[in-house]
Amino acid sequence: MVNSRSERVGYDLAVIGAGPAGLAAADAAAGLGLRVALVDAGSRLGGQYYRHPAPELGAARPDRLHHGWRTFEWLRERLAAAPLVDYLPGHHVWAAERGADGWTLQATRGPEGGDRVAVEARAVLLATGAYERQLPFPGWTLPGVVSAGGAQAMLKSGLVLPGRRIVVAGSGPLLLAAASSLTAAGARVPAIVEATGYLGYARGLPVLAGNPGKLAEGADHARRLLRHGVRLRLRSAVVEAHGSDRVTGVTVARLDARWKPVPGTERRIACDALAVGHGLVPQIDLAVELGADTVTTADGTAALRVDAQQRTTVPGLWAAGETCGVGGADLALAEGVLAAYSVAQRPAPAKELAARRRRRAFAALMAAAHAPGPDWTGWVTDDTDVCRCEEVPARAVREAVTELGAADARTVKLLTRAGMGWCQGRMCGPAVACLSGGPLGRPDSRPLSCPVPLAQLAEQDGSSELSE
Amino acid sequence: MDPLELVGAEPGSARSILFDGRAVAALPGQTLAAALWADGVVAWRVTRVGGRPRGAFCGIGQCFDCLATVNGRPNQRLCLVPAEDGDVVTTQEGHGHGELAV
Repeated sequence: MVNSRSERVGYDLAVIGAGPAGLAAADAAAGLGLRVALVDAGSRLGGQYYRHPAPELGAARPDRLHHGWRTFEWLRERLAAAPLVDYLPGHHVWAAERGADGWTLQATRGPEGGDRVAVEARAVLLATGAYERQLPFPGWTLPGVVSAGGAQAMLKSGLVLPGRRIVVAGSGPLLLAAASSLTAAGARVPAIVEATGYLGYARGLPVLAGNPGKLAEGADHARRLLRHGVRLRLRSAVVEAHGSDRVTGVTVARLDARWKPVPGTERRIACDALAVGHGLVPQIDLAVELGADTVTTADGTAALRVDAQQRTTVPGLWAAGETCGVGGADLALAEGVLAAYSVAQRPAPAKELAARRRRRAFAALMAAAHAPGPDWTGWVTDDTDVCRCEEVPARAVREAVTELGAADARTVKLLTRAGMGWCQGRMCGPAVACLSGGPLGRPDSRPLSCPVPLAQLAEQDGSSELSE
Repeated sequence: MDPLELVGAEPGSARSILFDGRAVAALPGQTLAAALWADGVVAWRVTRVGGRPRGAFCGIGQCFDCLATVNGRPNQRLCLVPAEDGDVVTTQEGHGHGELAV
């Protein structure tokens, strides 16, 4: 593998994203003789799942914060020895353009004008993973309230904690993983607050039986958490975070089957941090701008529609892993390999086909089990800021719906600025969609998938003639 | 137990950054946000409208809540910027009048 600054090489395949799906795809594609560009926004291989400390931190046992670390080490070693793979770290791809001979990816390496890079390839694989879904509640903008994935990410890469006594809340399997790592790293976790009752999983017993690895992973987390005295509060939610300049405690309430807080069940828990999240949202901006078809998953997110060969509905564009619906690292690894075989026009390997079948079934079960109930908005008071960037309170969103006639998230955005800020609606999008009563699972449109300096947009063909 | 002990970390000697005029230690390989968390600091921005404190939320460069001014340059996402010896970080008030860093 070459740490490449080469820009105008025509590749057989450009893989966007160096997490499980992208790593497996790049490795398999190189093994099939394809010339591969592995393009990633991060500074180290691994994506969010295999996120790990910088070498300067001298971590002897990074595996202690990971499941499946050996798979990552194996892939990393193979890619390091693969002459056909050019690794392009720190490249944020902001657009993909299709021409007569293939694709041109436009990427930016940083804020300085002229640091725009074009990568040309015959085929593109979108392996950009997912980001966390947030459902707002009063106090969620207080310092010390962090996303569950964010707490994981900061711990895995920076070896730091947001506090010493951390409540973990929301819904989904990430909560168990996050609580497990936080306690292992020395934090006290007084409670995991999970909105569902895990009963959804019982509907899929055959699926569970086919995924013993997932059960073992869950049991492993449960063992660790039990050892640390972590209390699991099911069918409950954090309905308010307290504090003035940082969080000092949370109020937890029981939820009914529709996720409506049950009056009189409130209970206060002291903490100096809260890690919260409600599942993951596929990151598919680049494909949506190209007109790729999407499907709505059981938990109301938009994922890319792919065929048995991981091909999207856009010719020449493949997708693997969380972009096709959130399902975890093992599924992403299998789909990455399957996509590589399809790009190379080779028959799909049986092992990965079987793994995908099992893991996709588990993903569907998981999504259904943790789908937000329709009445979660009951804990959003009018004063709660829904859009963190533009500081738009729920009151403004509700008024846009009830008094100004807005019927979908887009109209609400135009009337209130919710979703128009720095993050482009990544944090508030799902919540605004719910509060506006519009359809869920509709993909957001972001013509540029990350911030790009104007000077770089103004350049023609990636040349750097424009000076400051 | 702490995170460094858990993974058997043996980092090189700490660097020193300035946060609002106060010296804060940063381990080599940490981002500015990680160095501040390790020091117990979780807020380094004041919002434009409500004047409320904010810090890192998503931790992976998506939410832009962790913006601050670094070495005179506003709107830097501290969860992405590696800490360098002598970095000067100041709490950002409002929009900071700068272009977004990538």
